[in-house]
Amino acid sequence: MSKPYTPPMPRNWWNTNSAFRLFMLRELSSVFVALFVLELLCFVSQVRRGDEAMNEFVKSLKHPLFMLWHAIVLGFALLHSITWFNLTPKVMVIRRGEERVPDVLVAGSNYVACLVVSVVLWWIVGG
Amino acid sequence: MAKSNEPIVWSLFSAGGVLTALAAPVLILLLGFAIPLGWINPTFEHLSSLVAHPLTQLVVVALVSLGLFHWAHRFRFTLIDLGLHSLETVIAVACYGGAIVGSGVAIYVIWR
Amino acid sequence: MPDETTTLEILRYHPETDKEPSFQTFEVPYRDDWVVLDAINWIKEYVDGTLTYRWSCRMGVCGSCGMMVNGTPRLTCAVFLNEFHPDPIRIEPLAYFPIERDLVTVMDSFMEKLESVKPWLIRNEGEEKPLEEGEYLQSPAQLARYKQFSMCINCMLCYAACPVTGLESEFIGPAAIALGMRYNHDSRDQGREQRQEVLASDDGIWKCTFVGECSEVCPKNVDPAGAIQQAKVESTIDWYTSLLPWAKK
Repeated sequence: MSKPYTPPMPRNWWNTNSAFRLFMLRELSSVFVALFVLELLCFVSQVRRGDEAMNEFVKSLKHPLFMLWHAIVLGFALLHSITWFNLTPKVMVIRRGEERVPDVLVAGSNYVACLVVSVVLWWIVGG
Repeated sequence: MAKSNEPIVWSLFSAGGVLTALAAPVLILLLGFAIPLGWINPTFEHLSSLVAHPLTQLVVVALVSLGLFHWAHRFRFTLIDLGLHSLETVIAVACYGGAIVGSGVAIYVIWR
Repeated sequence: MPDETTTLEILRYHPETDKEPSFQTFEVPYRDDWVVLDAINWIKEYVDGTLTYRWSCRMGVCGSCGMMVNGTPRLTCAVFLNEFHPDPIRIEPLAYFPIERDLVTVMDSFMEKLESVKPWLIRNEGEEKPLEEGEYLQSPAQLARYKQFSMCINCMLCYAACPVTGLESEFIGPAAIALGMRYNHDSRDQGREQRQEVLASDDGIWKCTFVGECSEVCPKNVDPAGAIQQAKVESTIDWYTSLLPWAKK
């Protein structure tokens, strides 16, 4: 006689080991990144409105709560970038004949690209 | 079984993932720290002409729109992973709908 | 018998008498060269002959002895007691599968999913080479495209590591998708279109959220998580190319 027992899926499964917790944080990073792009849109909009609007916005950015907010957002954005870059070798497999281009090179090229983008954007915005 | 139409949202998610992974950290540093703390002091004229440039406008709209689609896709699956499978359709409509509305707002703000 | 012992907490389930499973604790001799499976075999031999579990080769090839060892899916023939000793070791059947008895799971759903991806070489109608023309030749580079995915031993550790299989029972799952990709990437195969009906469906690759643990626990380094993401890229390219006006239906 067969009477299988099916264990229930624990509601808090994502909190049962560190790999799942990191996965959840990785997914949640998208919330913070999305909120930041909206903030960026607000800033651009203020710049378009004029001198005063922009200065008002920059002044409020100096508030400690905003500083804290940006520290948190930066943390999540870096988590997103690092996990994204490190996972690309699994998604994009580049082969040269029998050999597979090493994961370090594929992931590494992402970091180089990120550095280039960062320097260029800093230079453009800094003027 | 039939092939899924998931590729359309997955490709938007991926594009947003790449774009934000490359550009978000430096933009947060710039807007969150470098400008308010005076590490760099771009003049209003400089920033104003920068945001008036068509290429900047394109990049900003792409960042906002694809960044939101990236969020929408991940958040949709996070909610399902947390056990809200029965609300699958509502969640998908809300998430991608939010991203579409956000994209519309970005286009309106930047190109009005 | 050495004096030193170690503790095993084993999940027991007797469908005839039990409503639900419960843990039973066993003291087993501790030996440096024993794997968990040795300890379980010792219990069956000397303490409780009713303890039920699957095993066969004891050398990480057959894929039968997979169990949850302290919450992680492992081949019990490849986990030494000294990894945990003197702490107790908790042994449970592979997660997310129904339990038939003690450490034995019901794997019917896995078998069906495996079969659904048609894991065999498919040739188009009438394009099978006659025997006298010999074998289909394959270059080392062509072999390299699928070899990693062909190393799977169907141990199901990846299913027990994947929360999506626990949440969505219809999800085809890591091993079956990797095996589908193994044949899709085989230069001798022409069955990709048939397999894609399953792989690229809503219950296939698109249920995966890339937790990535399937690849972490794989004892054969198959990297099912990679296989699934690569399938997503390929299926996305398919989807967009099918939109092109000159794409043939």
